[in-house]
Amino acid sequence: MNHLSLIVRTIVAWLVTLTIVFPLIWLFLTAFKTELQAIAVPPELIFTPTLENFHEVQARSDYLLYARNSLITSVLSTVIGLALAAPAAYSMAFFRTKKTKDLLMWMLSTKMMPAVGALVPVYVIAQTAGMLDSLTGLTIVFTLSNLPIMVWMLYSGFKEIPPDILEAARMDGAGVWGEFVHVIRPLATGTLASTGLLCLVLSWNEAFWALNLSSANAGTLATLIASYSSPEGLFWAKLSCASLMAIAPIIVLGWFSQKQLVQGLTFGAVK
Amino acid sequence: MNRLLPRLLFAPAVVSLFLWMIVPLVMTLYFSTVHYNLMQPGEKTFVGWENFAYFATDPDFAVSIVNTLVLLGSVIAITVVFGIALALLINEPFPGRGIVRVLLISPFFVMPTANALLWKHMMMNPIYGILAQVWIFFGSTPVDWLTDHPLFSVIVMVSWQWLPFACLIFITSLQSLDRDQMEAAGMDGANPLQKFWFLTLPHLGRSIAVVVMIEMIFLLSVFAEIYTTTGGGPGNESTNLAFLIFKQALMNFDVGVASAGALFAVILANIAAVFLIRMIGKNLDK
Repeated sequence: MNHLSLIVRTIVAWLVTLTIVFPLIWLFLTAFKTELQAIAVPPELIFTPTLENFHEVQARSDYLLYARNSLITSVLSTVIGLALAAPAAYSMAFFRTKKTKDLLMWMLSTKMMPAVGALVPVYVIAQTAGMLDSLTGLTIVFTLSNLPIMVWMLYSGFKEIPPDILEAARMDGAGVWGEFVHVIRPLATGTLASTGLLCLVLSWNEAFWALNLSSANAGTLATLIASYSSPEGLFWAKLSCASLMAIAPIIVLGWFSQKQLVQGLTFGAVK
Repeated sequence: MNRLLPRLLFAPAVVSLFLWMIVPLVMTLYFSTVHYNLMQPGEKTFVGWENFAYFATDPDFAVSIVNTLVLLGSVIAITVVFGIALALLINEPFPGRGIVRVLLISPFFVMPTANALLWKHMMMNPIYGILAQVWIFFGSTPVDWLTDHPLFSVIVMVSWQWLPFACLIFITSLQSLDRDQMEAAGMDGANPLQKFWFLTLPHLGRSIAVVVMIEMIFLLSVFAEIYTTTGGGPGNESTNLAFLIFKQALMNFDVGVASAGALFAVILANIAAVFLIRMIGKNLDK
């Protein structure tokens, strides 16, 4: 009985999973097809793969520029974010006061406000400061958008460190910097890494601010994909190819850190 | 020195966030009371409540609120129901479970614009799309999803993206389910349905609440999918509050009205946020 139910469950689970993931599988396959193969009716499952789309996407839409912008804004916002969040989280985890919890809650609440609520002022400020369509503007906005979650995740991670170790380090004469470098950093590398990863993912996928604040110069991959919205001639294979290149790195990153990422996004409300 | 150091450490983050929150808020409050069009940068005349009245009496406004609520409600319902179902399905071990879990989380990491176009062209296109092929295979005429059912199509796209998120939360929660209690119930003659209703579901209660609140907060701002596929249309059929504000701000360039609308959105978000903050606060105390 148990054996039969195992088989049934396995089959159902795999069928459901493949159905849900099917659009992505199809995207992957189509990226290696020619345009004619891509629109074939009925759809072709067996075909000889080609790499021509990868060349064409770069030639037609300067893919590398957008990829570079995505990379720069993601990495910079992560680095700056960590630089701002780590000291804050450290301070809140190890120098706790009565106000610490309120401070943390307030920080989280800033993330809960809809981005569209700040669209108008941020746009006007960016316009006045000449930061529309600039990597600087995007990086700043990404950093601030992700900062609350980063502080939160680092705080949760730092709290796991047993205070006795810090006591021992202090008694050995380590100053704050020494504490951080020799005790915190080795123990919290996991937290730092997954927090950084989370910021990378969120910034890379960030579409709202990217669409509204950037254009030809600072556009990210998110905006490039959006520009494929109106079809001009046969373009499905190229769209699949461009999309695949844009989303693949993040999906792979996500596979490695799904637990921490979801932890971060639920603000730790589910243990 | 002892009091100064901690404050210096968190000062940069706190100050940045404070500015990030206060400056736009104050500006929005200010803009909502003036007539300011980005195309006529010189003129800013005080108009009091006029922007709010204009935004609220815009026929698109009522529609956008309804659309927003429908979008929110549908996606939450779909992700919670199917998320629980999925979590129950893959909770017990089976061959390939690790790979399944990894595959299932993938839709969540696809960027919204790619998600939108994936569905718009590959799945929902009435001639070449996969769904059209399936419809033809079963002998019926394909549906033009985005034209005939725009809001529903957006709901499908967004649900597809958030289902893995809900599922992962529920799996995590299920793993702390008390096995012994389940077994005892089984020995007392409870069937699977009763076990689910009386044991599993209450245990999941907290995570359901978290999923609902998190999704409420993030789904309020659904924008990229609508922007990339339907453009809010046809007409205003798939316009939600976020898109309406965007339309006023960056298509009509009417900053005043858009700001008034933004305040509505902030109020809506605040309602959900209050409950979520309370829940998190309780967790922090543990």
